[in-house]
Amino acid sequence: MLHVSLFKRNIMNINIKDLRFAYPTGLEALKGINLAIDSGEQVAIVGQNGAGKTTLVRHFNGLLKPASGSVSIGDWDTTKYSVAKLASRVGYVFQNPDEQLFSRDVLTEVSFGPRNLGYEKTKVDELVKRALALTELSEKTGTNPYDLSPTWRKMVALASIIAMDTPIVIFDEPTTGQDAMNVARIANVIAVLKREGKTVITITHDIDFCAENFERVIALADGRVLLDGPAREVLGEEETLAQTYVEPPQLTRLGKKLGLKEIVTTQEEFIKAVVQD
Amino acid sequence: MAFVNLQNLAYKYPLTKTNALENINLQVREGEFVAVIGPNGAGKSTLCYALAGFVPHFFKGEISGEIEVDGRKSGESTLDEWVLNVGLAFQNPFNQISGAKYTVFEEIAFGLENIGVPRDEMKTRVEEAMSLTGISDLADRSPYSLSGGQQQRVALTSILVMRPRLLVLDEPTSQMDPIGTREVFGVVRRMAEEGMTVVMVEHKMEWIAHFADRVIALKEGQIFLEGTPGDVLTSDVLIENGFGISRYTSVAREAKKQGLWKKEKLPVTLDEAVEGFK
Ligand SMILES: Nc1ncnc2c1ncn2[C@@H]1O[C@H](COP(=O)(O)OP(=O)(O)OP(=O)(O)O)[C@@H](O)[C@H]1O
Ligand SMILES: Nc1ncnc2c1ncn2[C@@H]1O[C@H](COP(=O)(O)OP(=O)(O)OP(=O)(O)O)[C@@H](O)[C@H]1O
Ligand SMILES: [Mg+2]
Ligand SMILES: [Mg+2]
Repeated sequence: MLHVSLFKRNIMNINIKDLRFAYPTGLEALKGINLAIDSGEQVAIVGQNGAGKTTLVRHFNGLLKPASGSVSIGDWDTTKYSVAKLASRVGYVFQNPDEQLFSRDVLTEVSFGPRNLGYEKTKVDELVKRALALTELSEKTGTNPYDLSPTWRKMVALASIIAMDTPIVIFDEPTTGQDAMNVARIANVIAVLKREGKTVITITHDIDFCAENFERVIALADGRVLLDGPAREVLGEEETLAQTYVEPPQLTRLGKKLGLKEIVTTQEEFIKAVVQD
Repeated sequence: MAFVNLQNLAYKYPLTKTNALENINLQVREGEFVAVIGPNGAGKSTLCYALAGFVPHFFKGEISGEIEVDGRKSGESTLDEWVLNVGLAFQNPFNQISGAKYTVFEEIAFGLENIGVPRDEMKTRVEEAMSLTGISDLADRSPYSLSGGQQQRVALTSILVMRPRLLVLDEPTSQMDPIGTREVFGVVRRMAEEGMTVVMVEHKMEWIAHFADRVIALKEGQIFLEGTPGDVLTSDVLIENGFGISRYTSVAREAKKQGLWKKEKLPVTLDEAVEGFK
């Protein structure tokens, strides 16, 4: 049931063509974005504060609509579908969980999405149970989200989106303020979604986390795509990344200073490269 | 005498069963930059609230022990008096905007206006503070039309502009881009050099090691470890107790097992790691 069929995989590609967007204030936040994200890809989006990351992903679930250009999710052009309809294809965990949470207890909050999508009760129960287990919230079902700390509210927001079982899941800064245990839980959620063939798009300033959990990295700068490619290649571009206030991962910087031949991003790669050197 | 002095501090929120802080003894000298680390729920924010007067004045609950800043006791002051000396940047930057102002400039000037700072001085101070945190170009924008990291910068600037004697920062870089994060640590360091006393909750070990004088590790409401960043952030008990560590520390630890790291001490910063691996 949690498997995405091959058919569904193929049609859930995200296609963005010449996307421009300006806020009502007149500020042009996206200045011509072209991107294609295939079903089942794990993509991280990085870049300076104000680069347009949140603005971009809000186009995927239809919260924002292009001023010009187009965004399509599978065969759906987002201008032709409501946010409610797009919610069956794209789940989005807000950067600020307080914009997302409204229920009086954790269980109601996490059940709301899957119920709203019209799944049968047994499926809803199963999805909710799994989402709560993955985020370690099973003991907190009766708690009011607002009695939880901001870090746990973010976990509730995350659980309520993964419970919707959408083929595309977007996380906006999932690891901010989380301790090592919760960061590991979030990494596990991403790995589980990947195994199920889902597309995971994550905005993050945590470049080490990015290097360890994503295959492809997109760097945005001032409303445009600055870099896009395999994580190792993008994260090794120290000078270009600096234009958007991003630094390579700690171990990449270390490898470079030590003059290692290959670009390394993770601990295993680093140790291997040192042994060979 | 210490500028900040916490003596046997214990605190319990209303309607809860266990103490959020227990047996806290902490002295901070004037101009010192202390970083506070710890897992979720360890009591980091509660400690910030205690320093900033919100515990107990706002949150109520049960408190024992002493909170003293610059020789004054929190228990003997009102919150209004207390906040003149102590500035707190809250963990969640999203609900810190006053709602009273139309532009970022006015938002940052709000606190100065409230204490009657003359218009000219106000303007200089606001402009200075905005340039420190890299938001000069946002001056005329509405405080409601900002990205997450921009909102956090505005919140931080509103505190810095007040020039509190004690600056309490609860994860002030959580929404900031990587190079911006390092710059904010640098700004805070400079404030400390100029005599401001700083207590800053953070998870970013590399920058703590670069910029802070001392690290306090909290766990379950108690001080679990304290000392220099180099000692605390590489200690085995810290790692075994679920605290995060820098990738430099973690890779050197692994390399040590394989005989690839020869030094006694593990690194926290890039330079230390380069030194040991080369
Ligand atoms: N509601 C809004 N009204 C007007 N402008 C906005 C609004 N929200 C964001 N902006 C502006 O649009 C630009 C892009 O903002 P966005 O939130 O997409 O950035 P971001 O890359 O997500 O940054 P951060 O890392 O700080 O979250 C910024 O200049 C921001 O100030
Ligand atoms: N307003 C409150 N009422 C009751 N209990 C609270 C309140 N705020 C915090 N607590 C509890 O006090 C303890 C310490 O919480 P605190 O928020 O200080 O931790 P923290 O270290 O800042 O965690 P985080 O990393 O999640 O921000 C936790 O058990 C928390 O549930
Ligand atoms: Mg954002
Ligand atoms: Mg906290």
